[in-house]
Amino acid sequence: MATHPFEIIVGLEVHVQLLTESKLFCSDGTKFGQPPNTLVSPISIGMPGVLPVMNRRALELAIKAGLALQCQIARFTKWDRKHYYYPDLPKNYQISQYDMPFATEGYLDVDVEGKTTKVRLIRVHLEEDAGKNLHDDHGGDSLVDLNRAGMPLIEIVSYPDIRSAAEAGAYLEKLRTLMRDLDVSDCEMQEGSLRCDANVNIAITKEGKTYKTPIVEVKNLNSIKMVEKSITYEAGRQYDQWEKDGKVIGQAPKQTRGWDEARGVTRPQREKEEEADYRYFPEPDLVPVVITEEMLARIKGEVGESSQQRKDRYRDQLGLSEYNASVLVDKGRGVADYFDALMSHDIDAKTAANWVINDVLAHSTGRIKVMHDLAVEPSSLAELIKLVKGNKLNLNDARERVLREMISTGKDASTIVQELGLEVVVDTAAIEAIVDTVLADMSKVVDDFRSGKGKALGALVGQVMKRSQGKFPPALVNEILNKKLGVS
Amino acid sequence: MSIIEKSACELIEMLGNREISSREVTAAFCDRIEAVDSRVRAFLHYDRDQALRRADEIDHRRSAGQEVGLLAGVPVAIKDILCARGEPTTCGSKMLEHFKAPYDAHVIERLDRAGAVRLGRVNMDEFAMGSSCENSAYQKTANPWDLRRVPGGSSGGSAACVAALEAPLSIGTDTGGSIRQPASLCGIVGLKPTYGRVSRFGLVAYASSLDQIGPMARSVVDAALLLEAIAGHDPRDSTSLPHPVPPYRQSCQQPLPKLRVGVVTDYFGEGLDEEVAVAVKKAIEVYRSLGATIVDVRLPTSAHAIPTYYVVATAEASSNLARYDGVHYGHRAKEYRDLVDMYKRSRGEGFGHEVKRRIMLGTLALSAGRRDAFYNKALQVRRLLRGDYDAAFQQCDVVLGPTSPTAAFKLGEKSDDPLAMYLSDIYTVATNLAGLPGLSLPCGFTKSGLPIGLQLQGPAMAEETLLRAGYMYEQATDWHRQTAPLAGTS
Repeated sequence: MATHPFEIIVGLEVHVQLLTESKLFCSDGTKFGQPPNTLVSPISIGMPGVLPVMNRRALELAIKAGLALQCQIARFTKWDRKHYYYPDLPKNYQISQYDMPFATEGYLDVDVEGKTTKVRLIRVHLEEDAGKNLHDDHGGDSLVDLNRAGMPLIEIVSYPDIRSAAEAGAYLEKLRTLMRDLDVSDCEMQEGSLRCDANVNIAITKEGKTYKTPIVEVKNLNSIKMVEKSITYEAGRQYDQWEKDGKVIGQAPKQTRGWDEARGVTRPQREKEEEADYRYFPEPDLVPVVITEEMLARIKGEVGESSQQRKDRYRDQLGLSEYNASVLVDKGRGVADYFDALMSHDIDAKTAANWVINDVLAHSTGRIKVMHDLAVEPSSLAELIKLVKGNKLNLNDARERVLREMISTGKDASTIVQELGLEVVVDTAAIEAIVDTVLADMSKVVDDFRSGKGKALGALVGQVMKRSQGKFPPALVNEILNKKLGVS
Repeated sequence: MSIIEKSACELIEMLGNREISSREVTAAFCDRIEAVDSRVRAFLHYDRDQALRRADEIDHRRSAGQEVGLLAGVPVAIKDILCARGEPTTCGSKMLEHFKAPYDAHVIERLDRAGAVRLGRVNMDEFAMGSSCENSAYQKTANPWDLRRVPGGSSGGSAACVAALEAPLSIGTDTGGSIRQPASLCGIVGLKPTYGRVSRFGLVAYASSLDQIGPMARSVVDAALLLEAIAGHDPRDSTSLPHPVPPYRQSCQQPLPKLRVGVVTDYFGEGLDEEVAVAVKKAIEVYRSLGATIVDVRLPTSAHAIPTYYVVATAEASSNLARYDGVHYGHRAKEYRDLVDMYKRSRGEGFGHEVKRRIMLGTLALSAGRRDAFYNKALQVRRLLRGDYDAAFQQCDVVLGPTSPTAAFKLGEKSDDPLAMYLSDIYTVATNLAGLPGLSLPCGFTKSGLPIGLQLQGPAMAEETLLRAGYMYEQATDWHRQTAPLAGTS
C-alpha cells in the first residue's frame, strides 16, 4: 500500500472465550463441538423464572487477562442488560457490561519488522455469548443451537492505533499468545474462541490536506490472515470510493461490511443508519461485583512474569539479542519454558537460543501450548548439543541428521551417532596424515594461498573434510592446516 | 368448627395428634373448591387426585415415624407464576397457555420439603400486572365478600381462595402491592417480605428488583408459619439474603412491650376513602390502648412513588418479557411472513392489553435519550424514598397506614381507566421501591360489609417485628375471624 498516499487506521474489537468449566451464569458445560443443544439448561434457554449466578472463575480469568494487558482493574464493576431480538439470544437481551467495565486503559506492544507500536486498549469487559442460528438449506426453517449461549467472553476494544494490516496481524498473534500462555483462552479462531471485528478507515493526504474516510466495521473474519487481507482490501476500496465521492467521516453513516474470503472482497452487510438502541440498564438479577485487593494480589500471582519482563531478563541477564529474546517469548510460553529447561541442562544461553530458534521450532508443527509440545525433549537436545560441544559430532551432522533421527525414532543422540557412524575422529595423527596428502595433491592451491589468496584455505579444509567423510572436527582440521602452512 | 374453617396451625396440631389425616384435610378443601369455585373462580388448575396422592404420601410418612416438615400435610394454593416441574405455569397469560415448567422454583422445593400439599394453581393478573385480577387471560376471580367485586390483584386468586376457605394458605407475589392489596380487599393477612428474604428462583419475573414471594393466610400466625417454610438463602438467586430464618410462628406470638407506631400523615389525604380512614384511625387507637407509643412520621417522597414505580417496574418488565417471542417456548403465531413478523404476531396475540401497555411504557423509559429523564431519575427517587424510610424508622418500629385507599371495587369499574387502577397501589408501591417488608391485616369492614386492610411496614429484615405487632392487634380484635359470605352473584 506504500504506493497510495494514505495511512491506514484500524481499531480492533476482539472477543476471547474464557477457558472455564462452566458457562458465565449457569453450570452448563463449555466443551467445543458437542451435538446441538446438549450444553443447555433452563437458564441458558432463558426459561421463565430462571436467574443468573456469576461464575467467579470467569471473573478471575478476565481479571488475569486485564492485568496481562496492563489495564486498570476496577474495584467495583457491574452487569448490564443489552437488548436486541434474535433467535440465538434466548432472553432477547445479553448480559454484558456497559458503563463500568471491569478493566480499562491497557495496552499491547506490537512488533513488526523491528518496529514497536503501542496499541492502547479502551476497555475490556465480560459478557455472555449468544447461540448459533443454523440455516437449513433445503427447507425455509432455521434451527437454533444454544450450546454456545452463555459462554463467557471478554471483549477487548483497542483504540484506532493500528497503522497496517501487518500490525493488526501481529496484534492478534500477540494477544493470542498472551491469552494462551495465561490459560485464559485457547483462542482458536476456527472454533470461535477468538473472534475479531476490524474498524477500518484511512487518512488520505493530498495537497497538504488530510481527508479521513468514513469508518467501516469489517466482520466475518475467521483467521488472522483474513483480518490482514480484509484490511488491505478495505483500505484500497475506501481510497477508490473517496476518489469517486469525496465523502469523509461524518458525511456517511458507519457501515458494516462482511469479508468474502472466496472473492477476496468486503461486501455491505447493513447500514448503521442510527446507533441501534440497546436500551442498556443495570442487570437487576445480579449484584455488583467488588474486586478486593486480596483477590487482585492472588490473581497477579497467577499471572507471574510478564512477557516483557521475561524478554528483558533474556536480553539483560542472559545477553541474548533483542531479536532472539523476542522470538523465544513471542512464540508462547511453551517455547520460552523450553529454552529455560534447556539452559538448566548446562547449555549456555546463546547456544540454547540458536538451537531452539533455528532447529527445534523448525521441526515442531501444531500448536505449542507447553514445552512438551515441541519436537524433542530439552534433556535429549541437551545431550546432542553436548556431543557437538565436546567435538564428538559435527554441528552440521547434529542438525541435519541426528536431530531428525531423534525426532522420528525417539532414540537418544549418542545411539543415533553410533548407528549412523557419525562419531568425530579426534586422532590428530590421522588428521595430519590426510592434511599432508591434501597439501601434496593440491600444491597449486597451496601456492595460491601463499601468494595471499586467503580464500584458498577454505578449499583445502573442504578437501580434508571430504576425505575424512566428515568425521574430523572442522576446528581441529583448521588448526592443523594453519600449523602446516606456517600460519600462526 | 369444620375442617376448612380451622387455621393452618390448628390443623397441624390435629395432624400431629393423629386426630385427623392429611387426606381428610385435603379432601375437605377439595370438596370446598368443588362446591364454591365455580363462583369464586380462583383456581386455574386443580387436580384433586394429585393432591390426595400427595396427602397420602405425607400421612404414610407420618405413620412410618418419618419427618413430615413444618407444614405437615396442610394444603397450600400456589399463584400461577411459580414454576413447578411438569405443571402448567401460565402467569395468567395466553402466551404461556401450554407451557409446562421443566424445573421447580425454590419456593416450590421448600414447600415440598416442608410437607405442603400443593392444592392447585390460582388466578392472577397477567404476568402479575394489575390490581384486580381482571387482567387474567382466563377468568375473572370474584371477591368472596361480594362476588360482584374484584378480589384485588395481582394475587387475586391467592387472596380469594383463602378468603373463600378453599385453602388455608396460599402463596402470592408482590411487586407493587400484589399480596397486600388483595389481602386487604379479601379480608385476610398478606405479607410481602424484605427484598431478598425469599428466593426468586423460579418466580416468573415481572420486575426483578421489586418482586417478592410471600405468604397469604387468614391469621398472622398462619402467615408467619408459611413465611418460615419459604424464607431463607438460596445460592441460585444472587439477590437472596444470607440471614438465618427465625422461628416466625413461635416468635410472632410474643407482644412487643415498647412498640413505637409511626403514623404516616401523608397517607391520610386526598383519595383515601372515608370509611377506610376511620377504620385505620381506630386501629391506631387499638395500638395506643395496647401501650404502644404513637408518633407522626413523614414519607414526603412517597407522593412520587406511583410514577417512580411505573417507570422502574415497566422498564424491567419490558426487558424480562422480551423472552416471550415464540421462538423457544410459549405461544407462536400460526402464520407469519418472516422472523420479525413472527415476533410481532406471537407477542401481539400472546399478550393482553395491560402487559402491552407496560412493555411500551418500559421500552420508552429505557430508550436512548429518554433514559436519564425516566429510568435514571426514577432510581434517584428510589434512593430518596429509602432515605425517607430510614429517617422514619429512627422514630418508630413500624409504619402504619391503610393498605388500599378503598375497599373492593366492582368488576369492570376501573378496567377502562388504568390510572385509577394504578392508584389503588398508592400505599403499597413505596415498600417495594425501598425493598422493605409490609404486612396487611384486616382492620374492619365498610357499612356494606367489605373488608378493610391495615398496613404495617418495617425496616429491612424486620418481618418478626411486623408479625409481632400484627399479632398484638389481631389478639385485640376479631376482624380476622369473620368469614366471607360468598354473597351476591357476579
